[in-house]
Amino acid sequence: MTASEAALLAFHDVSFGYYRRRPPVLWDATFHLHAGRILAVVGPNGAGKSTLLGLALGWLSPWSGQITLSGRPVRTLSRSERGRWLALVPQTEHMPFDYRAVEYVLMGRAPHLPPLAAPSGADYEIALRALEQVGLVDFADRPVTQMSGGERQLLLLARALTQQPRLLLLDEPTAHLDLHNKLRLIQIMRQLRAQGVTMLMTNHEPDVVLAVADDALLMETGRPPLFGPLDAVFTEAALSRLYHLPVRVVEVEGRKRVLWT
Amino acid sequence: MDIHHARCARWLLILSAALVVAFSVSLLLGRYPAPGLIAPQLLAQDDLAFRLAFNLRLPRMMAAVLLGVTLGAAGAVFQVLFGNPLVEPGFLGVSQGAAFGAAFAIVFLGATAVVTQASAVLFALAGLTLSYGTARLLRYGGWTLRLVLAGIAVSALFSAGVGLLKYIADPLTQLPEITFWLLGGLAAVTWNKLLSVAPTALLGLGVLTLFRWRLNLLSLGEQTAFSLGAAPGRERLALIVAAVLPTAVMISISGMVSWVGLIVPHLARRLFQTDTRYSLPGAMLLGGLFTLLCDNAARSLLAGEIPLGILTALIGAAAFLGLMIWPQTRLNFKP
Repeated sequence: MTASEAALLAFHDVSFGYYRRRPPVLWDATFHLHAGRILAVVGPNGAGKSTLLGLALGWLSPWSGQITLSGRPVRTLSRSERGRWLALVPQTEHMPFDYRAVEYVLMGRAPHLPPLAAPSGADYEIALRALEQVGLVDFADRPVTQMSGGERQLLLLARALTQQPRLLLLDEPTAHLDLHNKLRLIQIMRQLRAQGVTMLMTNHEPDVVLAVADDALLMETGRPPLFGPLDAVFTEAALSRLYHLPVRVVEVEGRKRVLWT
Repeated sequence: MDIHHARCARWLLILSAALVVAFSVSLLLGRYPAPGLIAPQLLAQDDLAFRLAFNLRLPRMMAAVLLGVTLGAAGAVFQVLFGNPLVEPGFLGVSQGAAFGAAFAIVFLGATAVVTQASAVLFALAGLTLSYGTARLLRYGGWTLRLVLAGIAVSALFSAGVGLLKYIADPLTQLPEITFWLLGGLAAVTWNKLLSVAPTALLGLGVLTLFRWRLNLLSLGEQTAFSLGAAPGRERLALIVAAVLPTAVMISISGMVSWVGLIVPHLARRLFQTDTRYSLPGAMLLGGLFTLLCDNAARSLLAGEIPLGILTALIGAAAFLGLMIWPQTRLNFKP
């Protein structure tokens, strides 16, 4: 068995761009994400982090290279299979209608239902549990349009949890969260990892990355990304080069911290 | 499940019962032998009254209910699909296409009922196809915005065409007929007409009913819907066709009946909240009830017929204003 077949998610020499005439956004990306690990995708704005999530989801199709889920090309999964394997937590979502939170989260059950069926009482319980896990259970009857940015982000996480995926894709999951909720998210991610869920997250906050990630993928515009275990990749030299400014990795009270000026 | 579901189920039951009662009473309502309700015994004894009720009133009432159900459902589906509470079933070039088709038939094809009806359906579907095709050619904006823009442009083209046809139409014979069609009404409905459109309408409505929960997914962004295992492009097209076909065939026998498809989904969402599992059937029942009552008024309020489209526009627009101004309805939940 090759490394990419053993991995849950594998990118093999993947290149992708939105416009054929311009240079690709993603350049020869190769990495293996093994089951039960958390991979942090780090890089400056516009480096193609969200694009990478779109590719992993099968929403975008690469120019060249292979993306496999447990050895199968991701684009060959059936629709409901895809929904049961993968869940996406977008950074934000346009919400034009005032669905109640629990109804919104219930939509995550769709890939588990027979075609055209509506969710049952059991699905409803799963949705409520997901809301409880993200700390929004008291908001179950609240219209989503009246929620704050942070609450919405947790709501989207709850919907993804309702999908009970094997691979969770998180796009800047802490972007709108306060300190308390950030800690909650880190705890949820650790719980999920203990349950065997694999996670791929883009993140701008080195502290969050250091707190949860096992592996890191550093994305630099116009170069193949750098992949490896967190300790090997998330170094002063690599981060300084990535952001074009001096970055220090120090240890405070036994935990690694990233400092910048 | 929770209280909300029980409440919605109860409201659906109440509305169904109201529709059955309204339908039964409407059969007795009219201007023969005197304005008002006719006694059921008289209906059995008086041969003319019996034939009046079963050959004129009954198909007309059924057409009114079917029209209302169709417009309510199509409006609800469109508003969710386009994430826009201001769209109505005909906006993708369908209403204006049908109007153009009818006017074209009246001016050039001799205006027999069958030809007018067929031409209206044909041009309504042409309107949809044109809008959809144009949207695919547009090279900017999201899918929804492109369709809305294309719909507006195609509608404007057809409405210019209607203007032109009105201008060249014979002012004594053809123009009044076009005008009457544009105002909308069910006075000319017969069993034959009703039966010629009912299967298509019921088929489309059946598909929409089956999709009533899944429709929720399509209110989300494309990528999100995809991540939930939907095929947003294909499923949206299927739902648009399933909503437009019934609308086109019903408009072909009723003419332009405006505002039902806009106001009814709003009322339904007030009553049932957003989840389309309940708000879609709710919009169907409310639409049927609303159109039936409006048509009752259209045929029995005055000795002459009042065009149905005028009544629905009047009541619909007034209700819309009321919905927006009434402070209590702004909040959709109780803290």
